[in-house]
Amino acid sequence: MSERLLDIQNLSVTFGGLNALSDLDFHVDAGEIVSVIGPNGAGKTTFFNMISGMVTPTSGDIVFKGESLLGLDPNQVTARGIARTFQNVRLFANMTILENVMVSQHCRTKQGIMGALFQTGGFKREEQEIREHGEKVLGFFGSRLVGFRLNQPASVLSYANRRRLEIARAMATKPEVILLDEPVAGMNPKESEELTGLIGKLRDEWGFTIVMIEHDMGVVRDVSDRVVVLDHGETIAQGSYDEVSSDPAVIEAYLGRPAEEAS
Amino acid sequence: MSETMNTDEAGVLAPARGAFDQDWRKLVNWGLICALALIFVSLTDMPDKLDKRVIVEPLLSMGYLSLIWIPVALGNFVTREVVLEGMTQHKKGLRELVAGVSVGAIGGAGLALLIWLLDTRDLSDPLVNWNDALLEVLSFGEGVGYGAIFWILASAGLGLAGGAFHLLSAIANRLLLAIALTIVLTASLESALDDISEGFQLEWLFEALFEKKGGLSVQGAIILAVFAIAWVLVLGGQAKRGRAAVTARRELSPTKVNTVGLVLIAVAAVVLPMFLGRLTNDLFTNVGLFLLLALGLNIVVGLAGILDLGYVAFFAVGGYTAAIMTSPSSPGLSPELPWWVAIFVVVFMAIVAGLFIGAPVIRMRGDYLAIVTLGFGEIIRLTVRSDWASGFTGGAQGILSIPGADIVGVATVKGTDPQQVLYLVIGFVAIAIYVSWRLENSRIGRAWMAVREDESVAEAMGINTVNSKLQAFVVGAILASFSGAIFAAKVGSVFESSFKILVSIVILVIVIVGGMGRIAGVAAGALVLVGILGGPNQPGLLAEFSEFKLLIYGALLIWMMLKRPEGLIPNVRRSRELHQDEFLQDAWLKAQANDDDDEAASGEVAPA
Repeated sequence: MSERLLDIQNLSVTFGGLNALSDLDFHVDAGEIVSVIGPNGAGKTTFFNMISGMVTPTSGDIVFKGESLLGLDPNQVTARGIARTFQNVRLFANMTILENVMVSQHCRTKQGIMGALFQTGGFKREEQEIREHGEKVLGFFGSRLVGFRLNQPASVLSYANRRRLEIARAMATKPEVILLDEPVAGMNPKESEELTGLIGKLRDEWGFTIVMIEHDMGVVRDVSDRVVVLDHGETIAQGSYDEVSSDPAVIEAYLGRPAEEAS
Repeated sequence: MSETMNTDEAGVLAPARGAFDQDWRKLVNWGLICALALIFVSLTDMPDKLDKRVIVEPLLSMGYLSLIWIPVALGNFVTREVVLEGMTQHKKGLRELVAGVSVGAIGGAGLALLIWLLDTRDLSDPLVNWNDALLEVLSFGEGVGYGAIFWILASAGLGLAGGAFHLLSAIANRLLLAIALTIVLTASLESALDDISEGFQLEWLFEALFEKKGGLSVQGAIILAVFAIAWVLVLGGQAKRGRAAVTARRELSPTKVNTVGLVLIAVAAVVLPMFLGRLTNDLFTNVGLFLLLALGLNIVVGLAGILDLGYVAFFAVGGYTAAIMTSPSSPGLSPELPWWVAIFVVVFMAIVAGLFIGAPVIRMRGDYLAIVTLGFGEIIRLTVRSDWASGFTGGAQGILSIPGADIVGVATVKGTDPQQVLYLVIGFVAIAIYVSWRLENSRIGRAWMAVREDESVAEAMGINTVNSKLQAFVVGAILASFSGAIFAAKVGSVFESSFKILVSIVILVIVIVGGMGRIAGVAAGALVLVGILGGPNQPGLLAEFSEFKLLIYGALLIWMMLKRPEGLIPNVRRSRELHQDEFLQDAWLKAQANDDDDEAASGEVAPA
């Protein structure tokens, strides 16, 4: 059995009386691509928010590389090596594209006010490294985000490019795990096909472990090693895409019960 | 914006509409607005109080200027149309003139009504300026009938002139505007020009332009008009080209610095104070003190997005710390340190105060944070005044006999020598500019911007937002405390009344009017507001305006928010944000062109 990188143990959260997630229990191994699917309101994004420290679970534990993530601020979670993207793209719209990927390296760098004021050698070296790493990450998406784009504000990008920049920004934090929240939502078939390939590359070439929320079943089928299905905050199925897609509980969650049973 | 407003170029030109084909309801509305504006300005007593300040002897004073611009502006505005592409546009003609006259005449009638009421009724109880002096100024001492008829005719004439601007060509409009601005501006700068001309041995030029008893002479005004025309015709085009070139270069490499400009400014900063007289030096010192504050606040508000309404607290901490450390008559603790040693204590206290106020406040966001900082600004002042602290701070009596600032063995800067104080201020402003510039383009500065853009996302991207904001708060506090320490040494005394909430507001207005997030903008804001109108307690060039300062601040702020929310000299990012739609369109077109090139080059087949 390979190393358990991210281990979610009996995770529950309630908002008021609503069980947003109850007893979620699964793990992600290093180098895996795991998809989390489920109908709207199933608790997928809440699950991401909990891993990244934006929502505190009511009970249960999140263990990353043998250490609990509970009680950490979002920035500390990111520093431990878990980066995320957002479902409704949230870039720093008035910062340039390069600045977007430079600023997300914040927790990997350490030059402070004094370094900037006195332009120390360490400061200049670090700035250079930040810039180079930023350009390298942007280069992952071909020529779309580099060149004349570098100094343009993120707000001018097309929708698909904004999604790409979100992923680049997460990559720039030098994480081990990337949480992708609906990476291909709103993209046309050609673009999502291309991005599916890139998600595979993220693991194969960059060595990231990926947890992905996605509604596009084509994408889920093509890249996932494992699929977790949530409905009403509960895990209703886990396994390979083929196992999950033929599971009656999953079909019911998506399509509803057959008419004769419903009464 | 000017492109869309320009009536000469875009659109289809249709024949002029008939002179009486008017939207009468609109004209009456604007006429009433004009009347209300004239009455309001009259009742603020501007015409009377500013009558002594002459612009062109014996034709025009600031007092009458405060009235006559209203019909001109509104007479012009009423027929102004925003022209969009493809819209039918009518030739300008009599219709515009009639509209201008109507608006002006209605406005004049309003003022005539006021004159008649001034004569027959006494409303001096709620309206303090309801008196004979105002009547005298409005009717030129010739009686009510004369005054009333004069203003109706004059206002109609001015409205006509306003409407007539539509009929003139763009260049004629520019010329007239340039002449008017040059004359008014030169006249407002009279006292400073007097002072400067002495330093540069240019008294002859000053005497050629100005009358002895104040105000431009008629020939002076003509000389200025000729100069303005020459400027627009000869240099106007070049200045525009230069600006376009600079903007283009900035777009390409936003962090690059204009070395030539920087050297010029540095040389001017070193040389100019030597030629300036007492008055101008003092004026620039005030500008510098507020610039220092505004640069600090610019880091806090402009970069990190923390709306701090109690920024004066740090100014007070700087002033009081310097006073206690250096003054021999400080009531409690009195170490009588030299100023340059005291400045280290000042920095230390500013950091302590920044952390003390910042730590509880910084976790809040948006409006809540603004309100709480507003409270802390007052808390610091009230603490200074309280019995509890008055053993150290002197309470309402303040701390007196603060010696000048001595700079480690080089020189002693005395408050009585404005030139030396100015050099000191320039030194610290240079430090503040350097700090702002370096921090903006650093890891810390980027983190601040990310926090300003979206705090939750910044947090999720690994930025410790509480620490980042606290750092911005403390850097801002240190810059403000420098200003406070120089202020104490310059004035020689500190009182809690110098640190009222109004100071915070003025600093914020400087940042907003000048251009948030841009150093040159903040400098322009400080020059215009503190230099010309005056600071909260400091007289500006238009000393007569001090009574109307807050009114003008308010009017200016509203006008800026409506017409130019990005400030006088805007930050590229901010103006982009505020004109998002126009900007996005341009960028989209540009990117479209580029993408087409890319696809053609890579031979990629676009999906059907």
